[in-house]
Amino acid sequence: MRARTILMAVGLGMLLGGCSPIQPWVKPYEREHFADPIMSFNRDPISTTYLEHVMESREGARGATGGVGGGCGCN
Amino acid sequence: MQLNVIRHRLLTLVFLSVCATPAVTGVLPEDRTDALYHRYQGGGITIQGPDILVQKKITDNFALTGSWYQDYISSASIDVKLSASPYKEKRTQESGGFMYLHGKSTYSAGLIHSTEPDYKANTTYYSVSQDMFGDLTTLSLTYKRGWDKIYRDLKDAASGQIINDPSFGGFDKDGNPISSKDADHRGYSLGISQILTRTLIASFNYEVLTDQGYLQSPYRKILYLNPTAGLGYTQAEQIYPNTRTSNAGAMQLKYYAPWHAAFSGSYRYFSDTWGIHAHTAELGYTHPALKRFIFDASFRYYTQNAASFYSDLFPRANSQNFMARDRELAAFNSYTLGAGLSYDFPIPKNPWVNRSTFNLRFDHLLIDYKDYRNALLIGANPEWSAGNEPLYKLNANIFQIFWSIWF
Repeated sequence: MRARTILMAVGLGMLLGGCSPIQPWVKPYEREHFADPIMSFNRDPISTTYLEHVMESREGARGATGGVGGGCGCN
Repeated sequence: MQLNVIRHRLLTLVFLSVCATPAVTGVLPEDRTDALYHRYQGGGITIQGPDILVQKKITDNFALTGSWYQDYISSASIDVKLSASPYKEKRTQESGGFMYLHGKSTYSAGLIHSTEPDYKANTTYYSVSQDMFGDLTTLSLTYKRGWDKIYRDLKDAASGQIINDPSFGGFDKDGNPISSKDADHRGYSLGISQILTRTLIASFNYEVLTDQGYLQSPYRKILYLNPTAGLGYTQAEQIYPNTRTSNAGAMQLKYYAPWHAAFSGSYRYFSDTWGIHAHTAELGYTHPALKRFIFDASFRYYTQNAASFYSDLFPRANSQNFMARDRELAAFNSYTLGAGLSYDFPIPKNPWVNRSTFNLRFDHLLIDYKDYRNALLIGANPEWSAGNEPLYKLNANIFQIFWSIWF
């Protein structure tokens, strides 16, 4: 009985914990490096696109090459 | 002509150039114009031309994108020498799209149109991106749909002009000739970018692509053994499956070094229903110096096995249902070494230009084929009978020069 109560309390705690918003572990003021152009996955899209075209024209593989952008939240 | 089988890939890439950048949600990308001249030379092919890309905000939450791209192709590649005649042609491609920002979501859509004498393609794309978890994470979903029409060029016996084969697509029920064949494409992709620490960011991409229709080149041939033929082989038409589905998953990492530089690394795994499995790995280093310069260096490694219906030399005619000898479906390793230089310079007396850069990039590509032989050498040496000639290697130089302005 006692063990069941403890398990229920732990489970309830986990559920309630899941309701709280995730706290960013890298604060906005700590993201200045991601605003630097050298940290972009795709600094010059026109060049990256052309080079990927050259490669994919000669290879069997394709897809999943277009980075989804920075998503850095640095602006 | 020989390049039409790769058209869909080019469309995919142009789509990404227009669509991937705005995935930085929460804010639209900067107003920017790039003008690029590109030149590829290797394996008897020279491809060069201009490329222009424009991104312009109309309001704070609405932007337009557009691009214009041309290839001038002069080809005397090993495939062309073996089964056709050297040729020159021009390919043009235009695209247009928009981005709409609403809160932490960005919606994108657009159209890409490509034409060349024997290939026409239209692709539409739709994408949504969402910032979440305190803007540490960006999730993107994309759907695209493409419709291609493939023609086959031939020389008109009467005029000597190059024309589209009027009955390449067969005949309709009334007996009228059809000049083209169709290929349809669909793509579904999921992307996540994630800030991991103050100096490390990662992105994950997964993409499924499906194709249906005429998926091969109408010009390239297979070879099969024929001891009664002069060189010991005979050429025949390729036969591809009418469907293909592929899966690709990739991960990228970017690390900010304390001395103001960046390291990058990426890996992609690919597999498809044609039996191809491929691995791609790339390392890069970016180093700003002398206030206005940025140096880039990169190395890319790629390896794949052959498609299940590929063979350099088939044992006999009609030896199996599907048969191909396209180099893209062979087994090979590929190595690319690249270097780039960017110079950031002000344009005086132009207050509307915030920043501009002049850029150079050079890459050297080596492809080492494991089961694609240089059939042009058959008979050149007594030991080089069909199937015993040397393996083919491709060396190519890729040059880019471009100017970018932010306004």
